[in-house]
Amino acid sequence: MATPSVVEPTRRDFLYIATGAVAAVGGAAAVWPFIAQMNPDASTLALASTDVNIGAIAEGSAITIKWRGKPVFIRHRTPKEIEDAKAVPMADLIDQDARNPNLTGDNTQATDAHRAAEGKENWIIMIGTCTHLGCVPIGQSGNFGGWFCPCHGSHYDTAGRIRQGPAPENLHIPPYQFTNDTTIRIG
Amino acid sequence: MSGHSTFDPKNPALKWFEARLPILGLAHSSFVAYPTPKNLNYWWTFGAILSMMLGVQIITGIVLVMHYTPHVDMAFNSVEHIMRDVNYGWLIRYMHANGASMFFIAVYVHIFRGVYYGSYKDPREVLWILGVVIFLLMMATGFMGYVLPWGQMSLWGAIVITNLFSAIPFVGEAVTTWLWGGFAVDNPTLNRFFSLHYLLPFMIAGVVGLHVWALHVSGQNNPTGVEVKSSSDTVPFTPYATVKDAFGMVCFLIFFAWFLFYVPNYLGHADNYIPANPLSTPAHIVPEWYFLPFYAILRAIPDKLGGVIAMFAAIVVLFFLPWLDTSKVRSARYRPLYRQFFWVLLAVCLGLGYIGAMPPEGWYIVIGRLLTAYYFLHFLVILPLLGFIEKPLPLPASITEAVLAKNGAAKPAVGA
Ligand code: HEM
Ligand code: FES
Repeated sequence: MATPSVVEPTRRDFLYIATGAVAAVGGAAAVWPFIAQMNPDASTLALASTDVNIGAIAEGSAITIKWRGKPVFIRHRTPKEIEDAKAVPMADLIDQDARNPNLTGDNTQATDAHRAAEGKENWIIMIGTCTHLGCVPIGQSGNFGGWFCPCHGSHYDTAGRIRQGPAPENLHIPPYQFTNDTTIRIG
Repeated sequence: MSGHSTFDPKNPALKWFEARLPILGLAHSSFVAYPTPKNLNYWWTFGAILSMMLGVQIITGIVLVMHYTPHVDMAFNSVEHIMRDVNYGWLIRYMHANGASMFFIAVYVHIFRGVYYGSYKDPREVLWILGVVIFLLMMATGFMGYVLPWGQMSLWGAIVITNLFSAIPFVGEAVTTWLWGGFAVDNPTLNRFFSLHYLLPFMIAGVVGLHVWALHVSGQNNPTGVEVKSSSDTVPFTPYATVKDAFGMVCFLIFFAWFLFYVPNYLGHADNYIPANPLSTPAHIVPEWYFLPFYAILRAIPDKLGGVIAMFAAIVVLFFLPWLDTSKVRSARYRPLYRQFFWVLLAVCLGLGYIGAMPPEGWYIVIGRLLTAYYFLHFLVILPLLGFIEKPLPLPASITEAVLAKNGAAKPAVGA
């Protein structure tokens, strides 16, 4: 009886595999809702945009507002801050991408013009979350006169670009637009 | 749990029950008749201390949940309500908060005990690995529990730790959004952490069950590292180990009570009595003390992904310890070189803990990097090589011989 020979697959083998495959797909389909429920829910996604009046922000000062649970910095820069940021050669930057979803062209280099609001270089609007592990950097401090993150020592310049420390990327810029000269809509 | 039960109830009701569910026999063979090496010292009482602390955390935790509200607008105030209004609420919350620290003190002692006496070696590898799993679950539980009071440290600790996952290439951002249930640490995050903080201790209890099962299959190691050879090497668990464990637990409870009643906030952070504010990070954020060595390793590497990998590797390396240590001799008592490296490792781990609490600047960075390098050097280079280089001291033939050489030789022979 027990002769070792290559046994032809039978109808039964086919049924085993087919049943197992259906069970595996069914199992995966049953698990999916339990994984997907942890993603942002409809009410979280609905909080998509915020209007901010920036008319009262004097040159050299800034406000922080909350958008999607995160801080957003809106800073009215001084001419010196703008000059300092412009003077930095590209080669000195750790992250050469502008991290700005509002840019339209193919050129996304992290120049000062690509970081500031388009056509309004005295305004810079950024998500105030350190790209290292998410602390809120402190304004007008650090080695480059921009922002400094106290958590693990990341220094950003006056255009919010990472210059020193463990953070890998420039401070991200949220999608926004000026709805008029004194109002911006974030999101 | 191995071997035959000698449990033989005389009472007919017990006999009837035992024939249907032999659980009393299991308890008897595990905790009464179970043979324990006769030379166990007090470092072996920490297993019982840990079981006690798990019980303390579960009981106080269930009581806290009766008064706590897991919502970002109410969590902080509900904890203050526990502290001020609930009868004995202050006591129960301080027990739980300090209990977590005591639990970690005990687990670190327990782990270093195993490292000193080579308890992770053949045939106890699975026992050791289950222990590392418990340690990981404890870290997850402690981290999520610390988020619940929703103070400044709760929030910013949660932000920094969950952001570790954003270092994963390509999917990092999707993973963190999934963990948060939003675009930042917010109410959905607090709710799921609460749910998991309630669940994980019971999973720990389950793994502790497996850990004890594995222990009772291989038998306990002992300070000589020489396996039990005959029944003269052992004493029954009850009364010997029971009483010794009970004494260890009472001493530990005195230590616990000192923190609880005299310095209940010493191990915490003042900033956690400030309600969470997502717009401002405290100037100096540090995790709970029991995470500090790992936090120091995270910060030692000047690269985001690299730091995260090093931190997890520091724990993962423990899983491989049974195979990284190439020496056949278990106990450091008979390993003159290893014994010295053990103390260096302990000092390095304490040093990492100190660096983890300091701001990341100047010399602290340099020292943090050196200590991190040594930590990995110990496990990946020194340990594997030592097994070949070191000449161990002669081992005693048995536990009994070792015990007699120490205590018996001085006594005059009976009847002389
Ligand atoms: C492995 C065991 C456990 C550990 C290590 C642990 C750890 C912690 C820690 C560190 C805190 C923060 C304490 C503070 O600073 O206020 C905490 C809070 C809390 N835990 Fe646990 N816990 C454990 C088990 C449990 C269990 C089993 C429950 C519920 C059944 C629970 C419920 C709570 C609640 C409601 C809070 C918030 C109240 C507070 O902050 O005091 N815990 N836990
Ligand atoms: S979070 Fe900013 S440096 Fe780490």
